[in-house]
Amino acid sequence: MLELYGQQFSSRLLLGTALYPSPAVMADAVRAAKTEIVTVSLRRESAGGKTGGQFWSLIQSLGVRVLPNTAGCHSVKEAVTTAQMAREVFATNWIKLEVIGNHDTLQPDVFGLVEAARILSEDGFEVFPYTTDDLVVAERLLEAGCRLLMPWCAPIGSARGPQNVDALRSLRGHFPEVPLIVDAGIGRPSHAAAVMELGYDAVLLNTAVARAGDPVAMAGAFGQAIAAGREAFRAGPLEPRDMAVPSTPIIGMAAFS
Amino acid sequence: MRLIINGESREVDAGTLAGLLTELDYEGGWLATALNGEVVPARERETCRIADGDRIEILSPMKGG
Repeated sequence: MLELYGQQFSSRLLLGTALYPSPAVMADAVRAAKTEIVTVSLRRESAGGKTGGQFWSLIQSLGVRVLPNTAGCHSVKEAVTTAQMAREVFATNWIKLEVIGNHDTLQPDVFGLVEAARILSEDGFEVFPYTTDDLVVAERLLEAGCRLLMPWCAPIGSARGPQNVDALRSLRGHFPEVPLIVDAGIGRPSHAAAVMELGYDAVLLNTAVARAGDPVAMAGAFGQAIAAGREAFRAGPLEPRDMAVPSTPIIGMAAFS
Repeated sequence: MRLIINGESREVDAGTLAGLLTELDYEGGWLATALNGEVVPARERETCRIADGDRIEILSPMKGG
């Protein structure tokens, strides 16, 4: 079972709710993925809050836990205020903390991230920090009160898959007891399986499912890949070797000359 | 009086945040509000006075990644 801030989950796939062709497709994708946690946001709305109300009703009907985000926040103040507003609306202490540092790469401002994580942790939040794969930043986030980490494996929405496997391995090796969730950059189920085989605890996705030709089918494919990757990690994958090693026994071969 | 509501300047009559939501036809228990950058919980909206020039944010649940 996956344990996040004392809560247990069967599914190791966290799914975003944005960019789908329609709300109905999003709901079907959540069901097909068998995901138990979805990400949501808070935004200004002109229709008197009615569109937000409909969205919220749909999410509630899915019977999943919500992880509100601070997407788009570029300062500590913005992220902390957004988190506080999300706590009230969604009635959860969970927050996916994003403090964006660069418009082009959407990479985290890790300095602001650590500061916001400390403020929110001290205020009783259970912080899911969207961070880079930097080891020292990871240590600072844990010191700030985070009890799990969400490193990217490539820029948000880039679909490139793991760009620095050594860094991901290093994080896993240094923090064997800390839940590690790859958040951002996954493009295909094989990418998700690859990080799960490294021993990552879960994967958070959105674009790769929502923008697929058939989001519902892709959600199912990701669910299977993540489960397979986890099982493979537990089974102990073979390490690569430099030379060929025969699998069929040499002893007992016939001699014909 | 004139307020900045969700980034837009608007002329309104209400004197409290709760009154403002009613005047602007916002409804539902899923709204989040802030006054001049500080969160105002739902239970405090009735007593939260607003004044000319205040910046108000009214947010609601939205899809997200």
